[in-house]
Amino acid sequence: MTRDEIAIAIKDIISQIAPDEDLGNLDPKVRLRDQIELDSMDFLDIVMELRKLYGVQVPEADYKELATLEGCANYLEAHLADKELHCASNA
Amino acid sequence: MRSPKYYRGSSDGRRPLAGDPVAKVQSHYDVVVVGSGLGGLTAANVLARNGHRVALFEQHYNLGGLATWFKRPGERTETGRGQGHLFDISLHGFPVGMKKTCRKYWTPEIAGAIHRLEGVRFSNPQFDLETDFTRADFTRLLVEHFGLESARVTGFYDTLAQMDFFDPPNATIGDLFEEHFPGRNDVHRLLLEAISYANGSSLGDPAIAYAIVFTNFMSQGIFTFRGGTDWLVRSMRAELLRHGVELFHDAPVERILVHTREPRVTGVLVGGREVRANVVISNANVLSTVQRLVGEEHFDVDFVRQTRAVRLNTASCQVYFGMRASQGLPWITDLLMDSTAPTFASEALREFPGHSRTFSFYYPSVRPEGPARHAIVASLNARYEDWAPLDQPSYEAKKAQLAEHTLAALERHLPDARARVEHVEVATPRTFAFYTGHPSGTSFGTKFEGLDVSQRLPEQIAGLFHAGSVGIIMSGWLGAANYGAIVANRADALLHSLVQAAEDPHLKSPL
Ligand SMILES: Cc1cc2nc3c(=O)[nH]c(=O)nc-3n(C[C@H](O)[C@H](O)[C@H](O)COP(=O)(O)OP(=O)(O)OC[C@H]3O[C@@H](n4cnc5c(N)ncnc54)[C@H](O)[C@@H]3O)c2cc1C
Repeated sequence: MTRDEIAIAIKDIISQIAPDEDLGNLDPKVRLRDQIELDSMDFLDIVMELRKLYGVQVPEADYKELATLEGCANYLEAHLADKELHCASNA
Repeated sequence: MRSPKYYRGSSDGRRPLAGDPVAKVQSHYDVVVVGSGLGGLTAANVLARNGHRVALFEQHYNLGGLATWFKRPGERTETGRGQGHLFDISLHGFPVGMKKTCRKYWTPEIAGAIHRLEGVRFSNPQFDLETDFTRADFTRLLVEHFGLESARVTGFYDTLAQMDFFDPPNATIGDLFEEHFPGRNDVHRLLLEAISYANGSSLGDPAIAYAIVFTNFMSQGIFTFRGGTDWLVRSMRAELLRHGVELFHDAPVERILVHTREPRVTGVLVGGREVRANVVISNANVLSTVQRLVGEEHFDVDFVRQTRAVRLNTASCQVYFGMRASQGLPWITDLLMDSTAPTFASEALREFPGHSRTFSFYYPSVRPEGPARHAIVASLNARYEDWAPLDQPSYEAKKAQLAEHTLAALERHLPDARARVEHVEVATPRTFAFYTGHPSGTSFGTKFEGLDVSQRLPEQIAGLFHAGSVGIIMSGWLGAANYGAIVANRADALLHSLVQAAEDPHLKSPL
């Protein structure tokens, strides 16, 4: 997966968790929870989905790395390099 | 000793079971869940949805734990059809967050059945008022009714918003109130009374626990389910079965089994059988989990000491009134915090027979599908010690005294209540202890310090988790359900790493 695909993967997971949010104009550098309604339980769901879909383990101490879309790409790039993007919404 | 597998809870004691409740159990699962409270049910559902093989054992004949219900026969109509009463134990109210939790971890239908209570009322010698229990309305009341400056009220809400769970202040709830509203016992009552009933909080508990729960309620008010707890639990059961969870009721888990040398869980002992599992999630009280189900000998001494220092949270009494169908019920409110105590002290809420209780009024709209029935349930915080030592005649007499005392309190709001009541029944901390196995019949798990013990279990014994009411913030419907999901995530991570270790012989197994 490329960095762009990682952002797509994350947004796809968020669209399942928070179906009422508009994800079209998210700023990759701004904290997700400052742009849409996401609480700590939602981040836990993102982590659980990443594990289920891509087998990637994010330890609890690293959850903070996922605060922005850019942070997600930075943190997950190495883990997801050899993984194919597949969208939860089509699964 | 008679084997517990042949006995189950009933109103008149334990009676023999016809069959073997665990006859169909398999020898191995990925996950065993002990207990079917909202924490256990939610953990089971999330893990099964993620593809794990899950078995759930509940010692009672009904699922739901404290979020359950019971039936009693009522008067007969002309057609001869019985119109029984259904009583929900703990369906009084929870924050709007439950909607999202149910949508994410259960189904859109369950989430869709959640709606806001129309009426919340306080009635006591200091004030008598209606509120929708939101920040906007509380601000209005605090300014207009209690005469506070709005900046002071804003300051209080700001303080709550700034509290950080990971860096909590040392303050107690009492300190917080004294700082913002010194000497205003009436204001303290408005801010705490309902929360004390909802999770046993008292003025000496940490301010952070209050801040989290109170803020959750204040966001949009108090919510409940349309359809009743019976519908909810039936829907949850269907969802669990759809995801392949194997459900066993009348099945008390006797022990959680651990491999001593490593140390890790190996499974459970239930109905005299050993059932193996890589993960065991206990929804029993955290103290019972450590001290009774696993056994202190399997933990290190500091952890045992830490566990012994955990205080149980308060217990409850309830008085259930089934109302005559023929007379209907005038609108009073949905939830009434009623007290004749001149001032407020959270500890005094537990006194017997006491001056304070909540009344929940159940109109036919709660169960639109069923016969049009009305019920009123009074809930009181209570002390196990006030009830535990009584012999049977004194116990019955004390229950009758509580019923009478509560009916008299109800008459102040419904003058002809006595003539309308068809069925009265009392539950005490002993009743709750009997039906859930919780020590001292605790209604809300433990005080704040129990949360750390609960979270540290897997460090002590790999594969052992606790998901259930604990630490005040993880109790109540929302807290318990969310904690079930949090723990499911941790268990899922462990199960994943086990699979990875099995696939890659160079990786060290996490167990
Ligand atoms: C009177 C009262 C009123 C309440 N009102 C409200 C309210 O209005 N709003 C709110 O949000 N909360 C309320 N609560 C609290 C709420 O009901 C609980 O916090 C929540 O339901 C607890 O869920 P739990 O997951 O901790 O498990 P519990 O409901 O405590 O269930 C634990 C389950 O484990 C089972 N179990 C224990 N040991 C074993 C074993 N060895 N083997 C098999 N099974 C076992 C028990 O039988 C039980 O079913 C109220 C509680 C009470 C008592």
